[in-house]
Amino acid sequence: MRLRAMTAALLLLGVTACGGGGASDGPAELRMTIWSANEAHVKLFDEIAAAYVAAHPDKVSKVTFDPLPFENYTTTLTTQLAGGKGPDLAWLLESAALDFVEAGALVPLDDTLEDPAGLNPAVMKLWQADGKTLAYPFSNSPFGVFINTDLLKQAGQEPPAAGWTWEQAIAAASAVHAKTGKAGLVVRDFDYKGWDNLATVWTGWGANAWSEDGKTCGFDQQPMVDAMTFLHKAIFTDQALPGPGTTADFFAGEAAMTISQISRASLLEDKFAWDLVPLPAGPAGKYSVIGQGGVGVLKQSKNAAAAADFLAYFTNAANSEKLAQFFPPPRTSLLTADTLAKANPKLKPAQLQTVVVDGIANGKVKPSHTGNAELSQAVRASLDPLWRPDADVRTVLTGVCTAINPLLSK
Amino acid sequence: MKTFWTARRRDTLAGYLFVAPQLAGSALFVFVPLVLVVYYSLHEWNVLAGTFSFIGFSNYSALAEDANLMPVLRATALFSVGLVAINLSLALLLAVLLNQRLRGTAFFRTVFFSPVVVSLVAWTIVWQFLLQDNGGINGALDMAGVDGPNWLRGDTTALISVIAVQTVKNVGLNMVLFLAALQGVPADLYEAARVDGASAWTRFRRITMPMISPTILLTSIITVVGSLQVFAQIAVLTQGGPGTSTTVLVYYLYQQAFQFHHFGYGATLSVLLFGIVAALTVVQWQMRRRWVFHEQ
Repeated sequence: MRLRAMTAALLLLGVTACGGGGASDGPAELRMTIWSANEAHVKLFDEIAAAYVAAHPDKVSKVTFDPLPFENYTTTLTTQLAGGKGPDLAWLLESAALDFVEAGALVPLDDTLEDPAGLNPAVMKLWQADGKTLAYPFSNSPFGVFINTDLLKQAGQEPPAAGWTWEQAIAAASAVHAKTGKAGLVVRDFDYKGWDNLATVWTGWGANAWSEDGKTCGFDQQPMVDAMTFLHKAIFTDQALPGPGTTADFFAGEAAMTISQISRASLLEDKFAWDLVPLPAGPAGKYSVIGQGGVGVLKQSKNAAAAADFLAYFTNAANSEKLAQFFPPPRTSLLTADTLAKANPKLKPAQLQTVVVDGIANGKVKPSHTGNAELSQAVRASLDPLWRPDADVRTVLTGVCTAINPLLSK
Repeated sequence: MKTFWTARRRDTLAGYLFVAPQLAGSALFVFVPLVLVVYYSLHEWNVLAGTFSFIGFSNYSALAEDANLMPVLRATALFSVGLVAINLSLALLLAVLLNQRLRGTAFFRTVFFSPVVVSLVAWTIVWQFLLQDNGGINGALDMAGVDGPNWLRGDTTALISVIAVQTVKNVGLNMVLFLAALQGVPADLYEAARVDGASAWTRFRRITMPMISPTILLTSIITVVGSLQVFAQIAVLTQGGPGTSTTVLVYYLYQQAFQFHHFGYGATLSVLLFGIVAALTVVQWQMRRRWVFHEQ
């Protein structure tokens, strides 16, 4: 059945790939794929789009925001593109950014984006190639640690103070697990599969998945071995993190701490007292990690010019300020605790300053590489032996490099 | 004057009209895609760059150089052999048991058959919760004083889990087919054997097995073909892991085509899968003369 379904899908792709005509006259109908079906998000997008359509009825008659499931977002998007039914604009995950940027799938935006000089160069890097800006990183969300202070108190632990360290974090998490039976620390979305989320840990040791140029494997280097040895002990000896195959949801009160992005603050209900603090310092000092979402115009679109014009409006200073309530913008002028506080009533200015504003200024973007899905799968498969109590960390990490070196050198 | 629409021609037309819907469906959704997949397999298709170029048999020579392929074929073979062996023997055992004239057989028939009609993905998600390290199965084992393994995280236990989940899901279908076959075996054969002093085992081996052998052939072909096409269970339960221990061929071709964007190579893998399924079916069909009763 599966084979049949798949061949049918390929057939449909083949048929539709042959379809599609020239650009039609009159105002364009635009479609933007997004991975958030959050009602508040979509409502804001619709408002911005309606204002644009009202001001430019000759260019664009309608903008549709099309939410695709997050888990298969990139797969669904590329399948639509394969079928010749791609959107005009698309959100792009940082992990897939280089694939899209380097394949030439996106339209350069330099001539249309408003006030490009006002964009923070550090967060733009991933989205540029050959001096051209190919997507706009509308969301730059630093990772912080959400703390369930009730659970910490219950386990007799002090809430984290400024400059807390990984040693302290793991000790507190371990104590919570021992005393309350709840989970200590959860690296959200890791679940022993989404390994790129561990960048929020190993960056504290100065480790990298691969070198800056993407050609040299970093897993067998000493900083990574040290970071993973620490993490392995934290999981299997200290039981500070829930083990493989065990789930615990911080926002349901099942864990004392979670490493996550501020956009998840919306999941907090007033079930327990909580705080948001920066990532603990590692042996290599203080650090921060950001996850990004970009939005680009696809070259395949028949309405690329109109789409680029709409994108410029969508991301201008006024609209960026509105979007800032959900997505920390790349505009330096808006990256202040005051602007963000207006939009994030759940977070205190001090939390926003230390986690978000400082985090974006010094943040390291999560790992990304050309051919990301294949590389990511190879790392996941070769990292699996690490998640056993008796694993030899260095041997496993050397194995990761053996598995991914052929892909890195491509 | 002779009429054009003779009775014979009318019958022929009616016959064609009756098979037309099925034929049209097969042509549109089976034969055309089959040809297209072969066509795609001769191309390099970069979706993001929008390029589609003829590369001859390069994708086929890439099969030989693909270091992942052997582990994938090994996992596929282990899964299929395990599933077919367990599924068929369990189905036959259940059918024989439920074919007895005992109280409650109707109830148990329903119980064993009901998973067949449950949505596959819903079924698999429930099992995913049960198989977690702190899930229901280990909870039950814990009460019995046994420390259960981390089912979905061990190489061997993950494969066993996937086989078990699939077996329990589908064993009811084979069971019903076997039951129907068992009930078709004439009672006088057993009576005659009993008069001749044949034991229960001899009666089963000499009468039951030969009489239901056409059904064994049918179920084994269905189960072998089905086992090679397992996808949803893998996608939900293990995503091919840990390592690549449960990456079966269909899941691997999905990864190559839809996740890694190697549509041409994915098409090549599906040609390979088609070849394997076709070859196994032909072999089973040819071997039927040796052991299927009605073919002797």
